[in-house]
Amino acid sequence: MNIATRAAHIGLERETRTGAVTVPIYQTATFRHPGLGQSTGYDYSRSGNPTRQALEEGIAALEGGCRGFAYASGMAAITSLMFLFRQGDHLIVTEDLYGGSYRLFEKIFQQFGLSFTYVDTSDLALVQQAIRPNTRALFVESLTNPLLKVADIEGLAALCKGNGLLCIVDNTFLTPYLLRPFDLGADITVYSGSKYLAGHNDTVCGLVAVKEPELAERVYFHQNGVGAVLGPQDSWLTIRGMKTLTIRMDRQQENALAIANWLTSHPEVSRVYYPGLAEHPGHDLMKERGKGFGAMIAFEVSEPHLVNRLLMKTRLISFAESLGGVESLITFPQVQTHADIEPETLERLGINHLLLRLSVGIEDKDDLIADLAQAFEEGEQA
Amino acid sequence: MKFATELIHGGNPIDPEHGSLSHPIYLSSTFAQRSMDHFGRYDYARSGNPTREALEEAVAKLEGGSTGLAFASGMAAITSTFLIFAPGDHLVVCEDVYGGTFRVLSTLFKGWGLQVSFVDATDQGAIAAAIRPETKALYLETPSNPLIKIIDLAAAAALAKEKGLLTIVDNTFMTPYLQRPLELGCDIVLHSGTKFLNGHSDVICGFAVTGNPELGQRLRFIQNAFGAVLGPQDCWLVLRGLKTLKVRMEESQASAKTIVSWLKEQKGVAKVYYPGLPEHPGYETHLSQASGPGAVLSFELASYDITKRLLEGVKLAAFAVSLGGVESILSYPAKMSHAAMPAAEREARGIKETLVRLSVGLEDAEDLIADMDQILNR
Repeated sequence: MNIATRAAHIGLERETRTGAVTVPIYQTATFRHPGLGQSTGYDYSRSGNPTRQALEEGIAALEGGCRGFAYASGMAAITSLMFLFRQGDHLIVTEDLYGGSYRLFEKIFQQFGLSFTYVDTSDLALVQQAIRPNTRALFVESLTNPLLKVADIEGLAALCKGNGLLCIVDNTFLTPYLLRPFDLGADITVYSGSKYLAGHNDTVCGLVAVKEPELAERVYFHQNGVGAVLGPQDSWLTIRGMKTLTIRMDRQQENALAIANWLTSHPEVSRVYYPGLAEHPGHDLMKERGKGFGAMIAFEVSEPHLVNRLLMKTRLISFAESLGGVESLITFPQVQTHADIEPETLERLGINHLLLRLSVGIEDKDDLIADLAQAFEEGEQA
Repeated sequence: MKFATELIHGGNPIDPEHGSLSHPIYLSSTFAQRSMDHFGRYDYARSGNPTREALEEAVAKLEGGSTGLAFASGMAAITSTFLIFAPGDHLVVCEDVYGGTFRVLSTLFKGWGLQVSFVDATDQGAIAAAIRPETKALYLETPSNPLIKIIDLAAAAALAKEKGLLTIVDNTFMTPYLQRPLELGCDIVLHSGTKFLNGHSDVICGFAVTGNPELGQRLRFIQNAFGAVLGPQDCWLVLRGLKTLKVRMEESQASAKTIVSWLKEQKGVAKVYYPGLPEHPGYETHLSQASGPGAVLSFELASYDITKRLLEGVKLAAFAVSLGGVESILSYPAKMSHAAMPAAEREARGIKETLVRLSVGLEDAEDLIADMDQILNR
């Protein structure tokens, strides 16, 4: 079945009593037992809730995994995966990763005896060199935030397999529609579902899909034990959002390519990062492995004062954190999403005082380009 | 402001723009910024959401704390709190702690080198004897679940203060209406808000409250970094539930007292655990630190056979896990709340296979009694 069909059908055949085509919102904490030692399959909503389960089965189906899990946020999903590890374990991590993941690893898990090495995961040799005897996993962003470096998931997964490491892919920027990490050998995928999957900037949630049952059982143990689960109403909103994933993504990509091309020719833009541009170093790899290039663009302006001008003067494009929704958003990674990473590291990576990140929505591309064009011009703030 | 008024007006200022008496549900994951140098109060909903903040402030005020934090579940609140510790740290924990708390301590945090001693915390001497140089905190539940043991919170907190330890109290069974641990010298109060605070068996949520600004900062950092936050619709439902906390609690407590008196007279009932009974060993202590015995009681039946008949036969009380809702819930700790605890540990703690726990809801006490009577005395 095609992914668009799977997405549109999430939760569809669950309600047999009434035939409702959308899954009911089971706003219940607990479930009555039919008898001693018997269960309807649901006991307590932290352990399992029918609405959340419809979403969890949905992400598993889109991803082609055996089981899915829904969490209170993307960070709660990543934290819950870190609970798979123990004191003394080492992980290799994408160097220009989301600042919230970096903060979690450095400020909380390092204290608990996990260690992390940050490498450019678009370079297989660098990843290989970072492997130590106590390395347990690779945590890689398939398309990095914010510099849009492309990881060779197939090569990385093979490297992981050869060295007994878990291959965990944060596939937030691409979604299973554009890249299917399990087909390329990954073990676990993780999403800030707040982004493209829910897609409407109205839900904070995290999703995980696991390929094999044994590992899924371990992930479930901590989901239930720690209880960082997603509530039923947010689960329902995420399902609703996922039904339009493919059509939203199609439009967002089309808009992104047009904007990236326009930015490339703008005299006050010194650099554009978008993997859909032929000159992007990851372009060919993405073309071969995935179904598209996503809708995130990073670009450097030529002068520092232009950063403020763009953030303040765009009218259709809101200056706000987050990404992936139907509304276009612009952010300044150095002080917003990546503020928790050391300044020297940011500078070395290229997350500098000139870099802006654009999440392209589904507005008309001509309107978005016109909005950017007027924002570049001198004059009164809109 | 008195408690009942605080519940209605404390955490819920009337919306100045439209005059809405009920707090709006902000279903936004992100907030647009007006300035590059000075971000607004909210930027991303994991870090802060106006609906969640209204709830967090309401619960903090009720507990007499300065920082309140809402989490996706009681266990998420508890786990987030344990993340303030480091490998090698040691905790002294009351022995009949909730099974889910026991599970994260004995699996997840054990694997990360957090050490735990489980003690009979009703005995201050036992707490003192368990303290080591690396001990960082006491973790207590009173009344405990399910054996309703009573811990002297002021004495425990004083001992902790003297030794430089934090005192963390799970106040789920009492709620701030009946017991306010921060006022007794404790440092952090935790809740499964799923229970009495929300009170309608329709939301899974948790809270951490502290009156110490530095601890508040650490917990807030973890709440944001880990991100196990409560969604806005669930926050709104809990705000709604809180409004009736006092009236619900009073009614359920009155019914619990009536039911306890009746249970004590029944031949099929071997023992009743309830802190409102003068013969309860913790009766005096409980009265000194809480304003009522609450609405949760446990009792042992004369045989496994009667236990099974009761659990499967009751019509009004739902046979289910959880507690603290408008519906009475009868549960079976050995297979439910404490199923995560190995059988030997459970037996050693006195959680027998004939023990049931009753959370008294808002049904009429006479109806609840008649429901049990038709099984116990048929």
